[in-house]
Formats: sequence, structure tokens, C-alpha cells
Amino acid sequence: MGNGTSIGKVRGLGSAKEGAHHWWHQRLTGGANLILTLWFVLSIALLPAYDFETVRHWLAQTQVAVPLILLVIATFYHFRLGLQVVIEDYIHDEVHIVLMVLLNFFTLTTGTLAIFSILKIAFTAGAAL
Amino acid sequence: MANVRNTARPLSPHMSIWKWGPSMAASITHRVTGSGLATVGTILFVWWLVALASGPAAYACFLDLFTVKSGALNIVGYVFGIGLTYSFFQHLSTGVRHFFLDQGANFELKANKTTALLTYVAAILLTIAFWGFIIWGKTNG
Ligand code: HEM
Ligand code: HEM
Repeated sequence: MGNGTSIGKVRGLGSAKEGAHHWWHQRLTGGANLILTLWFVLSIALLPAYDFETVRHWLAQTQVAVPLILLVIATFYHFRLGLQVVIEDYIHDEVHIVLMVLLNFFTLTTGTLAIFSILKIAFTAGAAL
Repeated sequence: MANVRNTARPLSPHMSIWKWGPSMAASITHRVTGSGLATVGTILFVWWLVALASGPAAYACFLDLFTVKSGALNIVGYVFGIGLTYSFFQHLSTGVRHFFLDQGANFELKANKTTALLTYVAAILLTIAFWGFIIWGKTNG
């Protein structure tokens, strides 16, 4: 890139061609979140108690573990897209790249931990710990 | 670099001349609650799942942080519990409002202001309903 004016530097470069895709996925996951998180919050409210055994037995059922995994995928993808926009809006220098790498690490680590834990509970709920 | 601003040039006046209103508050609240859920909410949610997968001791440790012996919430439990559920219902309400705005609807000044205010009313009512049900709704159950 040259050293001209700001507009001169970007003119002709075109868009990054990712904006609409990002925007649409933020909405798609927003819609999925709406259904999945409402189901989750309602189910939690309706649980008879919150002790270890009750919660584990509830979570171990296929019809709970599977939507919960879907919830993790949808919400984590959603907030990964969302926080990217927040970072891009406020950080413009190289720190932006560091934060994006950290955001990806954070999302993948927490997401993997969440799905692993759900599967572990689902596959071992009946077994002795 | 394109991102270095020439400080000799003035900023657009809209950066300094503005006042609070429901519409901008709703926009900022959506961002703040989304970011809060994504960080604090995610960490607590994953901690809860990992504790549940790790065994009774780890789960007791997690519950201990937020409850007193009787099982009722302690102060930490109230702050995080209510803070996160309010953030959730608030982000949900402003998020649904966002879907309408994205269609180009609801930009008439009065209607836009009304729905912005309604997101707060909905979020507060849903938070009260959720905790009211958890604390008092199941006494006979
Ligand atoms: C309950 C259903 C939800 C709906 C309907 C929803 C809807 C939306 C929408 C439409 C946006 C885009 C806003 C924009 O482009 O300005 C958004 C942004 C965002 N959402 Fe959600 N969301 C939901 C749940 C969640 C959850 C559970 C989290 C976190 C775990 C979350 C985190 C975020 C973040 C961090 C942003 C970016 C905020 C910004 O750019 O200002 N959302 N949400
Ligand atoms: C901390 C304060 C603020 C935050 C976090 C913020 C955040 C945002 C965000 C996230 C958007 C994008 C919404 C979307 O994509 O749907 C936006 C758009 C907008 N904001 Fe703000 N805003 C702030 C203050 C202000 C102020 C003070 C003004 C004007 C006086 C303003 C005027 C606008 C306008 C006109 C748009 C629409 C721009 C467009 O659609 O191209 N904002 N703001």
C-alpha cells in the first residue's frame, strides 16, 4: 500500500468479502440461541432440585445432552462472532491480532471443555465415579 | 497506517454532541450484556459442566461458592445469579428487537423509543419471574 490519504490506500481494494457472511451467521446463531437458551433456562427452572445426582441424571438423558451440545455450538459460535465485532470496533492497531488469537483460544478451549463434560456425564452417569 | 488519525483535524461533531436516550441505551446494553454473557457467563457455565462431570466433591465446591449451607443463595450467588439472568433476558429482548430493526421495521422515532424501553421492562419482569419461581414456586414440590 502507498503512503497516500486514508481513502487512497483502500480505494480499489474492494471489500474483505466476509462481512455479509459474518452478519448473517450472527443472526442465524441468534435465532438458534433464542430457542435453545429458552429451552435450557426453562428446564433449569423446572428441575425439582439442584443437587449433584438430580442434575446429573437430568443431563445424562439423550434428549437433554444433545440439545445442550447444540446450545454450546450455537452460543459459542455466536459470541465468537460478536466479540470479534466488539474488538474490531475499539482496537485498531496490532493488539487487535493478539486479541483475536486469544478470543479463538478462549472459544475453542471453553467449547471443547463444555462438550467433553456433557459427553462424559452422558456416557458415565450410571457408572460409579 | 490508515488507522493513525491526524490529530490536527477536528472530529465530527456527532462524537461530542449527543444525549442519552432509550434507543442508544438499548444498543449499548445489548453490547454490554452480550459481552458479559460471553465472558463471565461462559466461564461459569463451563465451570458448572466440568464440576458436574468431575464428581460430587467438585460440584459441592462449585455450589459452595454461591450458596449457604441450607442451599439458599449467598451474596455471591445473588450478584452473579441475578446479574447473569438479567443480562441474559436483556440481551434476548434487545436481540429480538434487533431482528425487527434488521428488517427495516421499527425505525419510527416514537415506536423505536417505546420498544427500547419495553426491552428493559421485559428483561426485569422475566428475571423476577425466573427467580420468583425458583425460590418460591416449588415450596410444595
Ligand atoms: C437469547 C438469544 C439471543 C439472541 C436473540 C441474540 C441476538 C443477537 C444479535 C441480533 C446480535 C447482533 C447485534 C448487532 O449486530 O449489533 C447479537 C450480538 C451479540 N451476542 Fe447475542 N443473542 C442471543 C444470545 C446470546 C448469548 C447467550 C451470548 C453469550 C454467551 C451472546 C453474545 C453476543 C455478543 C458478544 C454479541 C456482540 C455484541 C455487539 O456486537 O454489540 N448472545 N446477539
Ligand atoms: C459507548 C457508546 C456507544 C456504543 C457502544 C455504540 C455502539 C454502536 C453499535 C454496536 C452500533 C452498530 C449497531 C448495528 O450494527 O446494528 C452503533 C451504530 C450507531 N451508533 Fe452508536 N454507540 C455508541 C454511542 C453512540 C453515540 C453517542 C451516537 C450518536 C450521537 C451513536 C450513533 C450511532 C448511529 C447513528 C449508528 C448507526 C450507524 C449505521 O447504521 O451505520 N452511537 N453504535
